[in-house]
Amino acid sequence: MADEVFEPDFDVIIVGAGCAGCVAAYQLASAGKAVLVLERGNYAGAKNMTGGRIYTHSLKKVFPNYEEAPLQRKVAHERISLIAPDANFTIDYTSEDLKKAGQESYTVLRAPFDQWLAEQAENAGAEIIYDMTVNDLIINNGKVQGILVGEGEEAEPMTASLVILADGVNSLLTSKAGLSKSAPAIHQVAVGAKEVWKLPAETIESRFLCEPGEGASWLFAGDCSNGIIGGVFVYANKESISLGIVATMSEVLKQEKPVYQMLEDFKNKPEIKPLIAGGELVEYSGHVVPEGGLEMMPEIVGDGVIVAGDAAMLCMNLGYTVRGMDLAVASGDIAGQAAIKALDAGDTSKAGLACYKQMLDASFVMRDMKMYAKAPHFLESAPGMFRGYPEMIRDIMNPLFIVDGQPRKHVMGMAMPAVKKAGLFKLAGVAMKGVKAL
Amino acid sequence: MSNPVITVNVDEKLAKNKMVVDEENAHIVIREGVKVSDPEYMKLVMCCPAALYKIPADGSEEPIFDYAGCLECGTCRMICGKTILQKWEYPQFGSGVQYREG
Repeated sequence: MADEVFEPDFDVIIVGAGCAGCVAAYQLASAGKAVLVLERGNYAGAKNMTGGRIYTHSLKKVFPNYEEAPLQRKVAHERISLIAPDANFTIDYTSEDLKKAGQESYTVLRAPFDQWLAEQAENAGAEIIYDMTVNDLIINNGKVQGILVGEGEEAEPMTASLVILADGVNSLLTSKAGLSKSAPAIHQVAVGAKEVWKLPAETIESRFLCEPGEGASWLFAGDCSNGIIGGVFVYANKESISLGIVATMSEVLKQEKPVYQMLEDFKNKPEIKPLIAGGELVEYSGHVVPEGGLEMMPEIVGDGVIVAGDAAMLCMNLGYTVRGMDLAVASGDIAGQAAIKALDAGDTSKAGLACYKQMLDASFVMRDMKMYAKAPHFLESAPGMFRGYPEMIRDIMNPLFIVDGQPRKHVMGMAMPAVKKAGLFKLAGVAMKGVKAL
Repeated sequence: MSNPVITVNVDEKLAKNKMVVDEENAHIVIREGVKVSDPEYMKLVMCCPAALYKIPADGSEEPIFDYAGCLECGTCRMICGKTILQKWEYPQFGSGVQYREG
């Protein structure tokens, strides 16, 4: 093969029609490149799920018409709760600034959203084939030259000058390309499970205290995940509520309640039950969340291959914000631009594709990944956030709000016992680490 | 280990999903000879959000696992891909779960 002239079927083959894959395909097709996207689902988004909320800045950059996309509700309320077994402390933050174009976020459901993204790519001239699971890569002399669909003797090759792996957090292909280990360590990944509850729009707006068309993001830490590192989320969609759990796998194994039961117990809490009352469960989904940050990223450039989105483990969980899709869109955008550059230069070798890494490094994607490199360790080293602090807040709040005829004390006198119980120095230490890591 | 109280029937939740099951080809296979009491198996009982790895009610040691309701999240691959799973692949030709919401 080495001496034969390699005449590929396509300029670029992209594996996966999610956020990263569709955006890369859109950019490449818009530049007139011959692009094939292979998607294992029956349609774009069929295999994808999110919590979820998307920060739209990177989407807006690629699609100025992004507001036509089937996004759900603009997030106007940022709610965060620390939940003890018998108490719940919630912050509800609102600001007009949360809603401004370019810095706003929307709740989102992936099945409709990904189909819109795929449509943009197809309209630009990309070809997408569905129901196609890519099982292997064609590698000659260390260079990726295409993919194989189907198995065994029925495996069918398709070739390209360049393959973009946008095949998600469970990418089986990055390790086949020699760019990653076969799987991350279980303290670097979380298991996610989500229920979608159908409810009328007006009901959602009244329960979440939202204006029509506006929505809420609500994150919970504490007893909802049985005291381990993990959290629960609630997102208000147009006519449904997404409700789910994300728990670090190594943490789930430290206790005795299965992850699906944690979600059930949370759902039955008095703070949550009324939110979905009268609703209809329409879907139950699961997903792995790459939470390890920078240190779990694979190599993102190889000979004839680059990696984008979740497959590159581009995800940040800071506790108060969770990001993945804006990074996937941006990395798909940059992957597309880098691929165009490499194709135009006639060099899709590792050296020719190095511009992808350079461009990604210079962008907010890698700058933020590096900025928050310590965040995963911070959350691991601050278990009090999940067991201890919610109880401390309860012990501070109860004396403020409970009037029972007993002689009152000043706030300081009421709060100090609870703070002392949690450990003042420990608390200060965690706060210091936190402001540096987050 | 004290057994946690299980109040949820995950199979009923899975029944809400649209699934196209590839009857010919199991995309996840547990190694032969694995017993329910194997600590690795118990990890899957704890972490699989679809509760596909079950503990037999009759106290039998044979794992009960059906790939048909799989959410294709990959949790079991991350935890036991190198230990008690003989095979973890994606379903072929569009079969498996088809999220309508996502």
